[in-house]
Amino acid sequence: MAASTNELVQDVLESVKKQFKSITVEKDIEVDVDCGNLLVCDQNPIDIKLYRSNRNEFISSLARDNTQLLFNQIWKLPIHKVDDVVVAEIPDPQIRIPREKPVPKAKKLTKWQEYAELKGIQKRKRSRLVFDEETKEWVPRFGYKSKNDLKKDWLLEVPDNADPFEDQFAKKKGEKKERVAKNELQRLRNIARAQKSKVPGIGLIPKLQQSQDEVNQAFHLAKKSTASIGRFEEKLPKEIVEKNSRKKRKFEPTFGQLDKEKDREKKILNHILLGKPKLDIAKAVNKEMRDGEVVEDERESRRRQKGRGSKKALPKSVRRGNRGNKSSYR
Amino acid sequence: MHRIVKPKNKRSKRFLDAKESQIIENTKTAMFIRGSQTSDVVNNALKEIYIMKKPNAVMFTKKNNIRPFEDFTSLEFFSNKNDASLFVFGSHNKKRPHNLVMGHLYDYHLLDMFELGIESFQSMNSFKNTKLTVGSKPCLVFAGELFNSDHSYKRLKYFLISKFLPGSDGAKRPPRWARACPLLHCCDGKVVLKSYKTLLKKSGTKTPRVELEEIGPSMDLVMRRTHLATTDLYKRSLKVPKTAKPKKRKNISIDAFKTTHGRVHMEKQDLGNLQTRKMKALKRVREEKKQKEAQPRNKELRSQCIRVRNKILIKPA
Repeated sequence: MAASTNELVQDVLESVKKQFKSITVEKDIEVDVDCGNLLVCDQNPIDIKLYRSNRNEFISSLARDNTQLLFNQIWKLPIHKVDDVVVAEIPDPQIRIPREKPVPKAKKLTKWQEYAELKGIQKRKRSRLVFDEETKEWVPRFGYKSKNDLKKDWLLEVPDNADPFEDQFAKKKGEKKERVAKNELQRLRNIARAQKSKVPGIGLIPKLQQSQDEVNQAFHLAKKSTASIGRFEEKLPKEIVEKNSRKKRKFEPTFGQLDKEKDREKKILNHILLGKPKLDIAKAVNKEMRDGEVVEDERESRRRQKGRGSKKALPKSVRRGNRGNKSSYR
Repeated sequence: MHRIVKPKNKRSKRFLDAKESQIIENTKTAMFIRGSQTSDVVNNALKEIYIMKKPNAVMFTKKNNIRPFEDFTSLEFFSNKNDASLFVFGSHNKKRPHNLVMGHLYDYHLLDMFELGIESFQSMNSFKNTKLTVGSKPCLVFAGELFNSDHSYKRLKYFLISKFLPGSDGAKRPPRWARACPLLHCCDGKVVLKSYKTLLKKSGTKTPRVELEEIGPSMDLVMRRTHLATTDLYKRSLKVPKTAKPKKRKNISIDAFKTTHGRVHMEKQDLGNLQTRKMKALKRVREEKKQKEAQPRNKELRSQCIRVRNKILIKPA
């Protein structure tokens, strides 16, 4: 009985097995399976007769065998579940393939980053929105619709110590432009430091597109920056040479001449303590008169804008302001 | 950012960031370009390979008068603008009918270039069955000894691997899926390219039986001209950055109970120079000192245990 049950079991197993086709594949030379790349490299020589006799079938059977080997390998890999999907972890690729770009070089730190590293300052992530107490709303910290957005100023107070005719709006705009320009300069300086290229000093802002004047200025500065103040430099055919740029600034030696220093300091002290305020009367009078002219001129322009004001009532020189006879009011 | 010209918006900044060289690279983009004269076969071939390579592919709509083997600069320019390191250029003329020039670039300069002629071509439409979704990643099968013996075929193999390489979306891939399987096969000096869809059938065991159904384009390619990179340039392109390599953890071991053991290597200490006077534990208690003075000096006593301040020091005999 036991023998018959055993036989039964065996028969059943065999029949089950026959239902399914095998997953084993036999090859002469072992096939190189690279799970990392999902790649199979079969080096077995191709039977040319078989190939020529029944091409498509031969190729598809070859493909099937090799793919079976690859899948056999993949099914041996460790599995885990990710969001109801069964996933196998594939290993690193064996075959090295050429990269598309060279290995990235380590970026040089900016000046601030170096300082922060030195001091151990950590970068703090700031929230994008800030609660504004005045409007009781969440506004962005910077930029459009923020608290310090320039477009919001319909009213700007003139501080006590400021000139009443100064344009506060223009001033604020100008300050912002300066800040932006400074930031840009520092950014470019960081790049220049990273690339180890030299940056021109004060007076020339490194720009990508320089105007003709700026190029001119840069050229003249470069020419002057020699020990002999550009005196022996070659002259270009159409170059305009600046005439009075030959003076060298003379500096006193920083140490050694104690009597000269003493005299200088004494003079300054005397001026401060004993001396009367320096007043150049002629200059003061001229300034007063000029300011008066400016006020007159402004009134004229306003009159002109409003209606057909008397254009020719005043003499030309006053109309034109300072541009008229300069010597007349000296 | 270390760029002189700042990108104007976040989108362009993202594009430029992706374009920079990275430690682990993005999937390579391929550009498909048509020459000034193309045939139907070439057009269809280009279109079908483009579909296989989507979404990491760019198809140029206009015809370009380029001769890759003579002047490669325009292709390098295109590669720079499209951030594509692979290209397939199709053309047709009497001397080289149904021509495909494929190649890859390193650092926007030409690396390898292969000119393949299409001998026979069957498009996807001729195989009447359901295809796979665009973007599914293939597994590759290379059969034939020529792919390992011949230098140019070897390079061709590496090129084709890099071309069809699945993107690096983590090291995980679901094991139950039906995928295309381009077969590249070398016999009679021809490269036969076929695409199949894998069907997983039941087998007696856990691992399924694989059956293939042909879906994709099938073409016979003949290698015509090649332009291979010099060995040192190729070596340079294969360089792996140090950070990408996994770091070896030395002197750390895990035993059967999953406790981590570490090994610390000390430099040799000169025990003669140890400062014992300032170590409190080694100092004698006052009472003991008195006791010691009271007792006569005895050799026997010295060899006994000396009780020093609640700690027992055993002196070697």
